[in-house]
Amino acid sequence: MSGVRVLVGTKKGAFTLTADGRRKNWEISGPHFAGWEIYHMKGSPADPNRIYVSQSSGWFGQVMPRSDDGGKTWQTVGNKFTYDGIAGTHAWYDGSPHPWEFKRVWHLEPSLGDPDTVYAGVEDAAMFRSTDGGQNWEELSGLRKHDTGPKWQPGAGGLCLHTILIDPTNPRRMFIAISAAGAFRTEDGGATWRPINRGLHSQFMPDPTAEVGHCVHRLAMHRSRPNTLYMQKHWDVMRTDDAGGQWTEISGNLPTDFGFVIDVNTNEPETVYVVPIKSDSEHYVYDGKLRVFRSRTGGNEWEPLTKGLPQKDCYVNVLRDAMSVDSLDPCGVYFGTSGGQVYASADGGDSWDAIVRDLPAVLSVEVQTLA
Amino acid sequence: MIRVVLPPPLRILAHTGPEISVEVQGAVTQRSVLDAVEHRYPMLRGTLRDQDTLRRRPLVRFFACEDDLSNEAPDTPLPAEVANGDEPLLIIGAIAGG
Repeated sequence: MSGVRVLVGTKKGAFTLTADGRRKNWEISGPHFAGWEIYHMKGSPADPNRIYVSQSSGWFGQVMPRSDDGGKTWQTVGNKFTYDGIAGTHAWYDGSPHPWEFKRVWHLEPSLGDPDTVYAGVEDAAMFRSTDGGQNWEELSGLRKHDTGPKWQPGAGGLCLHTILIDPTNPRRMFIAISAAGAFRTEDGGATWRPINRGLHSQFMPDPTAEVGHCVHRLAMHRSRPNTLYMQKHWDVMRTDDAGGQWTEISGNLPTDFGFVIDVNTNEPETVYVVPIKSDSEHYVYDGKLRVFRSRTGGNEWEPLTKGLPQKDCYVNVLRDAMSVDSLDPCGVYFGTSGGQVYASADGGDSWDAIVRDLPAVLSVEVQTLA
Repeated sequence: MIRVVLPPPLRILAHTGPEISVEVQGAVTQRSVLDAVEHRYPMLRGTLRDQDTLRRRPLVRFFACEDDLSNEAPDTPLPAEVANGDEPLLIIGAIAGG
């Protein structure tokens, strides 16, 4: 029988949760890497036993564990992230030039076909690639050296490259997003990049429709439609149907269009999930109610999903890498909160259960569907 | 043997107890001790000092014999008590934050 493994990164360690395909009874393992911040962990689609982890600490920097046995044991691999050439400067919060400095890995994206190839999105924003299982990392510096690079400014969370999507039909084509520079696309495996931000409107910018400077929080793609991307921007939920050539707002009837996560149902390419968050300073769910909103029309028309979720006195956040979907039918949807709960739905969002409570604040959630 | 006390997060990373021992050839300095620690425990590379510049990470501190040696030059000899194994070099995660 098939099963799922949920990889949960928290402020103070990592946890893995496993269940069979019914997704009712969960076995919890952890904390792994106790006390360390786990920004992200993700398994290789080509070998689910291969799991990459970003482990970091404000004191001791970046460490990169890897598992080759589905999380039973871990080995430390390479953690040397050196910018290519002279690092140069990006723009600081006040617009002044600021040296590019590596701080941490935000997101790991294993190759779809090769377990030894993995991409890392880092702060300060850059993309690195390893082709030897994480032992050595090389910057794909065409991104950071794009003409607009010196204009990129950090968002409140830092100048982070937090999203990497690989086109399943053409692995040389990838999409990434940076807070607060925007979205970019490569057609040549990461050598060259172009901003894909036309149609975005960001009121806080001097030029609200500038080529770069947009605080994109997350991108999502359905594997059957690689030209269609969904975006949760700082404000506004957006979609494009031409690989980023033009974006259209699909916030529709959401109670607030601020949020971090966005994801797509594995079996229904027009079914999208977001968790609206109250902003600009509160950063918790709207009205004290934890509600996932689902659109079955590719946006604009959204319904609140509440069954099994707290509907009063709830003030948690759901961070940008903290939602994921499995590949079963019906699709399982998972998300983690700043309050340490991980919620799961085994019926596409109709109903939810907390599959674990009282973990440290959740930074990331990924799901592996196991044969 | 040179005795080194690791901070708790690095003990977890290196799968050790609080104190480790390393052998150092030649002068016993911060640099030679850290070289030996990283050689024996490669998972600690980058956690104590930058891998390119070899500069101490800002919130990592070095103490020995009740003295803060953090800002000593890397090639300054460590106290004789550390060099002869009577006292450990203490690697401390600075108390920072709330």
